[in-house]
Amino acid sequence: MGKTYGQGPAAVHALREVNLEVASGEFMVMLGPSGSGKSTLLNLMGGLDRPTTGELHFRSQRLDGADDATLTRFRREHVGFVFQFYNLIPSLTVRENVALVAELVSHPMRVDEALAQVGLSDRAGHFPSEISGGEQQRVAIARAVVKQPAVLLCDEPTGALDCDTGKRVLQTLLNIHERLGTTVVVITHNAVIAELADRVVRLADGRIAAIERPAKRARVEEIAW
Amino acid sequence: MLLQRKLARDLLRLWSQVLTIALVVASAVGALLTTQACVYSLQAARDRFYVQAHMADVFASVRRAPRSVLPLFDDLPGVAQVQATVERPARLLLPGQVDPVMGHLVGVDAMRPFALNRPVLRQTDGSVQPGIWPGALRSDGVMPAWLSEGFAQARGLQRGQQLQVLMNGRLRTVEITGLALAPDVIFAGAMGMPDPRGYGVLWVDERALAAAWDLQGAFTRLTLRLAPGAREEAVLASLQDLLPRWGGRDAVPRRLQASHQMLDNEIQEQRLLGTVLPLVFTAVSIFLLHVVMVRLVATQREQIASLKALGFSNAALAWHQLQLVLVIAAVGVAVGGTLGWWAGRWLMGLYAEFFRFPELPLVIPASVWWQAVALAVVAAVLGAAQAMAGILRLSPAQAMQPPAPPRFSQGRWEVAMERALGLSLVLRMILRQLRRRPWRSLFSVLGMASALALVVMGNFFRDAIEHIVTRQFETVWRGDVQVITPEVVGSGAIRELARVPGVVAVEGTRSVAATVVHGHRSQRVQLRGLDPLGQQQRLVDVQGRVVPLSEDGLVLTDRLARKLGVRVGDELLVKLVEGPRPSVQLRVSHLVGETMGLNATTTRSTLNRLMQEDDRINALSLVVQSDELDAVLRATTRMPRVGGAFSKAHLLHNMQAVTARNIRIMSTIMTGFALIVAVGVVYNHARIALAERSWELASLRVLGLTRTEVAQLMVGEQALLLVMAVPLGMCLGWLLVWGLSVGLRSDQFQFPVVVWPRTYALGALSLSAAAAASAGVVWARVQGLDLVAALKTRE
Repeated sequence: MGKTYGQGPAAVHALREVNLEVASGEFMVMLGPSGSGKSTLLNLMGGLDRPTTGELHFRSQRLDGADDATLTRFRREHVGFVFQFYNLIPSLTVRENVALVAELVSHPMRVDEALAQVGLSDRAGHFPSEISGGEQQRVAIARAVVKQPAVLLCDEPTGALDCDTGKRVLQTLLNIHERLGTTVVVITHNAVIAELADRVVRLADGRIAAIERPAKRARVEEIAW
Repeated sequence: MLLQRKLARDLLRLWSQVLTIALVVASAVGALLTTQACVYSLQAARDRFYVQAHMADVFASVRRAPRSVLPLFDDLPGVAQVQATVERPARLLLPGQVDPVMGHLVGVDAMRPFALNRPVLRQTDGSVQPGIWPGALRSDGVMPAWLSEGFAQARGLQRGQQLQVLMNGRLRTVEITGLALAPDVIFAGAMGMPDPRGYGVLWVDERALAAAWDLQGAFTRLTLRLAPGAREEAVLASLQDLLPRWGGRDAVPRRLQASHQMLDNEIQEQRLLGTVLPLVFTAVSIFLLHVVMVRLVATQREQIASLKALGFSNAALAWHQLQLVLVIAAVGVAVGGTLGWWAGRWLMGLYAEFFRFPELPLVIPASVWWQAVALAVVAAVLGAAQAMAGILRLSPAQAMQPPAPPRFSQGRWEVAMERALGLSLVLRMILRQLRRRPWRSLFSVLGMASALALVVMGNFFRDAIEHIVTRQFETVWRGDVQVITPEVVGSGAIRELARVPGVVAVEGTRSVAATVVHGHRSQRVQLRGLDPLGQQQRLVDVQGRVVPLSEDGLVLTDRLARKLGVRVGDELLVKLVEGPRPSVQLRVSHLVGETMGLNATTTRSTLNRLMQEDDRINALSLVVQSDELDAVLRATTRMPRVGGAFSKAHLLHNMQAVTARNIRIMSTIMTGFALIVAVGVVYNHARIALAERSWELASLRVLGLTRTEVAQLMVGEQALLLVMAVPLGMCLGWLLVWGLSVGLRSDQFQFPVVVWPRTYALGALSLSAAAAASAGVVWARVQGLDLVAALKTRE
């Protein structure tokens, strides 16, 4: 599929003829410099936007021509998002941030269990402004996994964090992936993170430049940046 | 300069907010200009007319006094000029119209032109010329007359037309030879009622008038001009001693003269509105400018820091922001100034119907324009103060960092309360947002509440007048026709009127001028004597209960009781100032809350006994079969002892025709103002809340909340503010009404503090409509939220 913004001479081809299949239960990392199209691809995969050309499938469902209500339902039922800037609701406590999303689906995980998964049971009553950046990102992960999504899409999840904190967040993501079998797609410009992936997709200039399958997946404690 | 270009772009980007705030500023300016224009224009026209037509300083009337006694008045210390005239009440009969019209005839002597209260005549080109003499009785028996212009206009009467006047029981034909205005009848209405159709003044030849009442060589009215530096009270006291010899009633100073007082009340009302309205609008403007500017500086902190880093001084940047609010103020002054000027001109046209001046041009002194500009600038500067302080405090390095996330915290009791109430997460978010910015929430609620209060205030006159009408015409005066006899007559008149076909019941009353004294306080009143068993004229207290009258008991209006410092059970000295002028102690038996007048009432028999007379009356109330009303009114014109007759139905009809329109205008203007305030507050609150939280809302959309769910969050916040504002606005509205009633209270009159449920409902509805319109904008904005941006940018 492809994605073009604007028309005529002002058109920007953010994504051109990308062909990609993500397997269920996979841990995929997408690498690329700014402007390579990785965020556009993630937005399309998460149902935040529609491709200009080509097709987009989730399991047996076509998403490329879906209307807004269908995309919202898709995000609500199947996708968990983790953002670079956490995007927590500042007026809700940690527990409530997670509960808010749990209320959206019919078979969510228990809120306390989601918080336990990310090791934040003791911070449940705090507001976002009362906890650290790493903790906020782990809340965001708990919020993403509480609805037991099929796919976890993470946009630069460690981008705003220092190395140690970032590694804790990555470990949390891997734990979720391993325990729940969730498909995880992480986009980053931090090449080190690619060592944790089942598959690495390199993007450049709106195209897939390479797809690599590392011989051995590294453990979190083995990487550093 | 480049900053100028940034300013222009900021203004364009914020156009809808700039516009809504500028309109609130414009309301402040417009309200100030309009009300002040009314005050200054009415005052200027009045003062000019008073000087031009030599308005008297003191007014008195006597039953009949020979002109030979005039030197007595001339010689009073402090009196500069005395004018004696023959004036009589009469009934006017218009061709083809049955409703009763009270007339007042003024005699003009060809040999003695008026020195005071000189009438002027309207010319065909609209100018006025002094009126000298209407002309002598013609050989065909037709009497030339000048007719008061207001009445002529209300009735569509013109020069050359004829009408019938019942003069002392004889029907005379008068021909209108001129339309006149006079300074003592700028406002003309029977019994002070705003009924231009029911009361006309006629200036006729004094000899013909005197002949009709056998008043040759005598006068009935005395007007005086005081010498510079004269003590008014001393002259009034001397007159009080002199006048009773000729059956004189009270002498009143100019400030208590009916026309002057009516005009003065109007000026006072405008002055009061001119203080209250601009204050409310300015306060709302300051608040709106404050929230918008604080928000603007928050979103531009990086830009501002960059500009500081580039070397722009604090002063330059603060001035830059100040210019933005000054532009809003300037737009407000321009729009408000135009509106105020236009509304002022329009109001002058309306006033001209009630208050007849030779001309009533719009006067807005330069000082008022400066006040309006000052008001707008003060609102702008105060509104921008905190935002500017923020600019000064901002250090370039600090501003380059993203701002800390908004802080929320909760006490133990709040947690417990939320749990106990079982609040949903959405409701918790809404409540916490409002609590995080308590001042902004409070002022938003106050702003919305003030909009509702303005609607209540704007419709208060309708409620008050309907209440007065209901109370006065349904509970107190229950007769259909009120008949006045110019002289005191025996109670035989009751039987005489009862014989008129169509009359069901008749009751007689008497009133005598008196001074009531309590300690060192005293007050001139009309002491009324009612029939204690009467059903047509009753005394009703504040709660609407009928108060019984007892022999030798005195019932006072509560305002009079307050003025004299008396309570029920106290004894008062009552000095009657007519006839044998007896003085007597009477005990106050009840107080009544009447809207009009300072009244003291006893039984008719008590009053007649005090006057050492048998059963006498000077007014009658009639209950009439409804289909016989016109016939009864016609029959009374043939009774020589009847001076005038009012029909309740006609009086009400005429009053309502005039007041209904004025009330509608007032209500429309105030509701318009209220909508501007409501939209200003609700819309700006919503826009800023939306701007501050669009990132959070987009995040929620990404997480899977539908557009409707996200919009509900924002609209819910507005709805909650609305729910809080409505009861508060009703209370504020009541307070404003109470304030108006107190501010406009005079000895003679007080507006009842009455707000009908429909007025509260209209206020709540207007506010809700403004909120709904703003909610519509919020809804549309939520539909257009950029989801992708939420992932990338940090607020």
